[in-house]
Amino acid sequence: MAKSSIKVRAKVKKGEATVKCLISHPMETGLRKNKKTGKMIPAHFIQEVNCEHGGKNVMNAQWSGTISKNPFLSFKFSGANKGDTIKISWVDNTGKSDSTEAKMK
Amino acid sequence: MNHKRRVLLKSTLAAGATGVAISAGLLTPKAVLAAWPKAAFEAKEANAALEAALGSSAATESGEIKMKAPDIAENGAVVPITVTSDIDGSESISIVVKENGTPLAASFNMGPDTAAFVSTRIKMAKTSDVTAVVKAGGKLYSASKNVKVTIGGCGG
Repeated sequence: MAKSSIKVRAKVKKGEATVKCLISHPMETGLRKNKKTGKMIPAHFIQEVNCEHGGKNVMNAQWSGTISKNPFLSFKFSGANKGDTIKISWVDNTGKSDSTEAKMK
Repeated sequence: MNHKRRVLLKSTLAAGATGVAISAGLLTPKAVLAAWPKAAFEAKEANAALEAALGSSAATESGEIKMKAPDIAENGAVVPITVTSDIDGSESISIVVKENGTPLAASFNMGPDTAAFVSTRIKMAKTSDVTAVVKAGGKLYSASKNVKVTIGGCGG
């Protein structure tokens, strides 16, 4: 399978998990112009990022083109153990999606 | 060559997984219904965006929300923002950049075990107040900070 667009680091300390992820995505707002052709660059950004842990959705982020290119997201949640799996997925405005799973350290 | 097929396969799998999760009753209805609020993200004015996203724009200033943002952002395309809320029962955090064309940058909905903490990077067109709006127990609380931008992040 192609390399995932999501990089995840998840660490557990005293039952609290800190998740950091980096997604490679252009995050075009749709308001920028291509300087050479003068045409607008169509909007292309992630709308939703979800993180699941143990079948529960722990984070649902709704984004717009205002989030920087190659977005970074970090959050914390409790009730996690080392070795647990978390699943991160995203959907963008063109309907593309990707997901990845990571083990907590 | 195989790329399209992979994408299709992946999205089918993802949709399938969500379907299973819903039928197994693992996802709460709230999480399932949280469709992307188009009107909120397309609103051109901060208060209108908040009303569309959270149902109200009447937020109380609160010292229990801590927002970490740079005083001066050299590059408006990448402004790191970290929001922490100490308010009990914080359900969601929204980030609003007042002077951006579409002020609502992002909304984060937390699960019951998730700490009221998010860190991300946003784009800013020009110097503006950045506001974090936290929803807790049906009420809205906010904290603002002015961030100076030397190079804009939109249309650059």
